Amino acid sequence: MQIMVTVNGKEYVRDVEPRMLLVHFLRDDLELTGTHWGCDTSNCGVCVVHLDDVPVKSCTVLAVMADGHDVRTVEGLAHGPELDPVQEGFVACHGLQCGFCTPGMMMTARWLLDNDPDPSEEDIREALSGQLCRCTGYENIVRSIRWAAEKEAL
Amino acid sequence: MQVPAAFQYRKATSVEHALMLLAEYGPESMVVAGGHSLLPMMKLRLAHPEALVDINDLAELAGVRVEGGELVVGAMTRHADLLASAEAGRHFPILHDAERVIADPIVRNRGTVGGSLCQADPSEDLSAVFAALRAMVVIHGPSGARTVAARDFFVSPYETVVASGELLAEIRVPLRPSVSAYVKVDRRAGDWAVGAAGAVLSTADGVVTEAGIGLTALGAPRFVAEEAEDFLTGGPPTEERFVEAGRIAARHCRPVADQRGPVDYKRHLAGELVTRALRRAMGPV
Repeated sequence: MQIMVTVNGKEYVRDVEPRMLLVHFLRDDLELTGTHWGCDTSNCGVCVVHLDDVPVKSCTVLAVMADGHDVRTVEGLAHGPELDPVQEGFVACHGLQCGFCTPGMMMTARWLLDNDPDPSEEDIREALSGQLCRCTGYENIVRSIRWAAEKEAL
Repeated sequence: MQVPAAFQYRKATSVEHALMLLAEYGPESMVVAGGHSLLPMMKLRLAHPEALVDINDLAELAGVRVEGGELVVGAMTRHADLLASAEAGRHFPILHDAERVIADPIVRNRGTVGGSLCQADPSEDLSAVFAALRAMVVIHGPSGARTVAARDFFVSPYETVVASGELLAEIRVPLRPSVSAYVKVDRRAGDWAVGAAGAVLSTADGVVTEAGIGLTALGAPRFVAEEAEDFLTGGPPTEERFVEAGRIAARHCRPVADQRGPVDYKRHLAGELVTRALRRAMGPV
C-alpha cells in the first residue's frame, strides 16, 4: 500500500507491504542507515527513532503505522553542519566505542533533554533502561548526556 | 531477520469503523494497538492474522479521565500516559507502581493498556492490577457494548472473553477511598516478572471492608488470591494478618517452574510479595 511519511522534515511517498517494519523502511527503502537494526525483539533499543516526537523502537512498529506521521532519525539530529549538543557530548565524553547502540542512545537522550533539561544521573539511567550497550560503556554515555544538558543550560 | 507473515492492513477511523472492518475480515482478523505484544508474536508465527485492524488513530479510546464516580482508562491509553496521569496515581497508587516496572520507558511510549490486557500473558502486570482493583471492562461488538468484570475477563493464558469481531474499549475502576500498591521481582530492568503482587485495601473503623489481592506470573486463578482476600476482609489491617494473608496466597497459587525459577521459590515469592504489597499499600505505620 502507498504511504506518505515525513522523515527529518522531508516527505517520502512509497509503496510498501503492510508487514514491512519501520526500521527496514528507513534503512532499506529510504537508505537512512543511521538507524541501526539489532535484536528485532524490542529489547536492545538500537532502532529507536522519534515518531511524532516520541521515541519508539522501530523494529516493533509497522511502516504503514507511520503513514501520515513525522519520523525523526539520527540523521535529523544535526542542524546542517552544526552537531546537536547530544552528539557533541558523545564526542566530548567518549560516549561511544563500537558505535552500534549510539543512534538509539542519542535519540532517547534528545527526547529526555527536551522534556527534562536538567536530568539527574538516575533520570538518565532510567530513560536509557530499555537500551543496551554491549561495549558496556554506560558510564560515558551518561556523562555525555549530562555534558549536553550542561551545554544547553549555558 | 524476523518479519511477520503477509497480512492485510486497514486503519480504523472510529470505533464503528473498526467493528465494521473486523466483521468484514472475519475471525482471522485481529486488532492492533501499540503492537508491542502482537508484532513479536507475529514475527515468531505464534500469531498469524490474515488482517490487522489498526486502532492507533482512535483518540476516543485514548486517555484517562474521571467520569461518573469511576476512573476510566481508554484501551488505547499508552503505558506512558497512564504513568503520567496524576489522577490515576492519586486515586490508585497501584497503577503507577505497576506502570513504573512495565517493560522500559521506550516500550511504554508505544504499548497500550488495552493491548496488554488482551494479550493476557500470565506474566503481564496490568491483568493482576485491574483484577485486584475489581475493575470493569467495556467491550464493544456488533450488537452494542457489554461490561465484564476484570476478574472474568481472562479465560486462559493468552485468551480473554473478547470474541472475534469485538473490541476492548475501556477499563472502569469504581472510585472509593482505598490504599494500594504493587511490588514486583524481576531479574533485570524491564524484564517480565518472576512474580509480582498487587494489593488494594479499604478500611472503616479499623477493619478491612474490601481487600483485593492480584498475583502476576504466579499461577493464581483469574490473577487473584481470593482466599487471602476473604481472610483479610473483616479483620484489622495488621502486620500479623498481612503475613498470614501472604501464607494463604502462597498456599493457593499454582506457579510453574521455568527459566525464571522453580516452583518452591515462586511460591515463597508469592507469600512474601503479598505481604510486602499490603505493607506498602498501608504505608508507614
